[in-house]
Amino acid sequence: MKSLMNAPLPSDPVNAHTTRRADDRPPAVEVLSAEKVFANGTRALAPIDLTIAEGEFLTLIGPSGCGKSTLLKLIANLIQPSDGRILWWRGDFGQVGQGDRSLAFVFQEPTLMPWARVETNVRLPLDLAGVPRGKADPRVSDAIARVGLSAFARHYPRQLSGGMKMRVSIARALATDPNLLLMDEPFGALDEFSRNKLDDDLVKLWWERKLTTVFVTHSIYEAVFLSTRIVVLAANPGRIFRTMTIDEPQPRNQDFRDSARFAAYCRELSTWLAEASFPPASGATP
Amino acid sequence: MKPLLQSETFVRIAAPLAVGVALLAVWEIGCRLGSIPVYLFPKPSDILASLIKNGPSLLRALLITLRITLQAFAAAVVLGTLIAFMFVQSRAVEVSLFPYAVLLQVTPIVAIAPLIIILVKNTQLSLTVCATLVALFPIISNTTLGLRSVDPGLASYFRMNRASRLKTLVRLRIPSALPYFFGGLRISSGLALIGAVVAEFVAGTGGRSSGLAYEILDAGFQLDIPRMFAALFLITITGVFLFGAMVGLSNLALSNWHESQIGTEA
Repeated sequence: MKSLMNAPLPSDPVNAHTTRRADDRPPAVEVLSAEKVFANGTRALAPIDLTIAEGEFLTLIGPSGCGKSTLLKLIANLIQPSDGRILWWRGDFGQVGQGDRSLAFVFQEPTLMPWARVETNVRLPLDLAGVPRGKADPRVSDAIARVGLSAFARHYPRQLSGGMKMRVSIARALATDPNLLLMDEPFGALDEFSRNKLDDDLVKLWWERKLTTVFVTHSIYEAVFLSTRIVVLAANPGRIFRTMTIDEPQPRNQDFRDSARFAAYCRELSTWLAEASFPPASGATP
Repeated sequence: MKPLLQSETFVRIAAPLAVGVALLAVWEIGCRLGSIPVYLFPKPSDILASLIKNGPSLLRALLITLRITLQAFAAAVVLGTLIAFMFVQSRAVEVSLFPYAVLLQVTPIVAIAPLIIILVKNTQLSLTVCATLVALFPIISNTTLGLRSVDPGLASYFRMNRASRLKTLVRLRIPSALPYFFGGLRISSGLALIGAVVAEFVAGTGGRSSGLAYEILDAGFQLDIPRMFAALFLITITGVFLFGAMVGLSNLALSNWHESQIGTEA
């Protein structure tokens, strides 16, 4: 212990405290009794408690109006909770974006700048953060390569298909090298084939980087395939209904999709979703 | 691909040209057959002859009108863009000032031109002011609309990345506004010419510094109808040229992403 105290680490206060075990890492996100009531009186979310550990792939799923997108936007700090609070790595949002505590958000739409080439679109968050071109460019080409679009770096968005545009949007998120990736139904508008392909690639990316991911989807299959944990939400008001842990070997691939276990997960999740959407009669009487 | 494109371009130029030639021929033949006197309605050949005969004086008048038009257009673009930027900075500014921009637009220039010509001593300057007032509004309204027409998703992306006001303006608002701005330029360039000609009519100045409108007035007094038509022809050609230049400029700036130009570049 003494030798550790003597170790010259004045510039590294985190490591100076003590050696940490892997599970001692602070959770990426803690939602503490956060609720959201909109200005028009709509109660989008009842007080919710949710802890998201580092390295998790957590999916929010539920019927329309269950507040899954609202919860994701709260976690992204795009909107503020009406009550309760949210912590990122045990701190407030002020320290997010510094060092190894950054966050990236992928919208439902690709939201690309139509006047800019793919590489310029992917470089945007780095430009906005003031990263010099020399440092940014290798990260940009690396991010574009990881989504398999190297041949299209100098194309304009209008020249790409819907799935390719979504890949550009993901590359833009990866370029910032985030520690927390938030995705709001990113593949909802795509055909099933493109969606499966993007899901496969997303699992690989997540597994390579152990990138904490919070994902919102309508698709049961997508949720089971991607997630380590699925949170089922119910509506009126939005609240956590049940949680399903999917402890399966990684990285997952088509074999998992074809397995009987996959089908069993899907069946159970489907039942839960039906219960969350249409509560049984006993629940209706107060 | 290429022969098709060539033939399409050819058709786009040749077809209207053929219509024009046919109309001129009908006009010429009709005037000749009806023996319509030249002081009532001149033949195209009379107009051409007048254009050649009065070439130097008409050309000098054209240059003066063109100078006023271009000065007014430039002033309208600079002023209009500045005002639009001011409008989008705050709703309060826009709400309090926009009605006056509309007021400016709906007041006929013919009605306020005499006032401006009295107030501004320098004739050239007063004409430029009149033309600027006419050309200003499309730039203001289009650019304001454009600067506000930002994709909401991109806007929240910029907010999320804590982009400064200046960076949001340069990287997001201005590019989003460009198609609208160029639309404004097309309308405004034509209006600047109309404004210049109308103001010249009202001012009615003679002498060496007179533009095409004065040529028309003067030709009217002298019943030199072919010269009147020749001046009118020059005004029309100038307007077409200005419009074409604006279309070209807009295509140059937007073709990569906004117009229908799909294809891989080398």
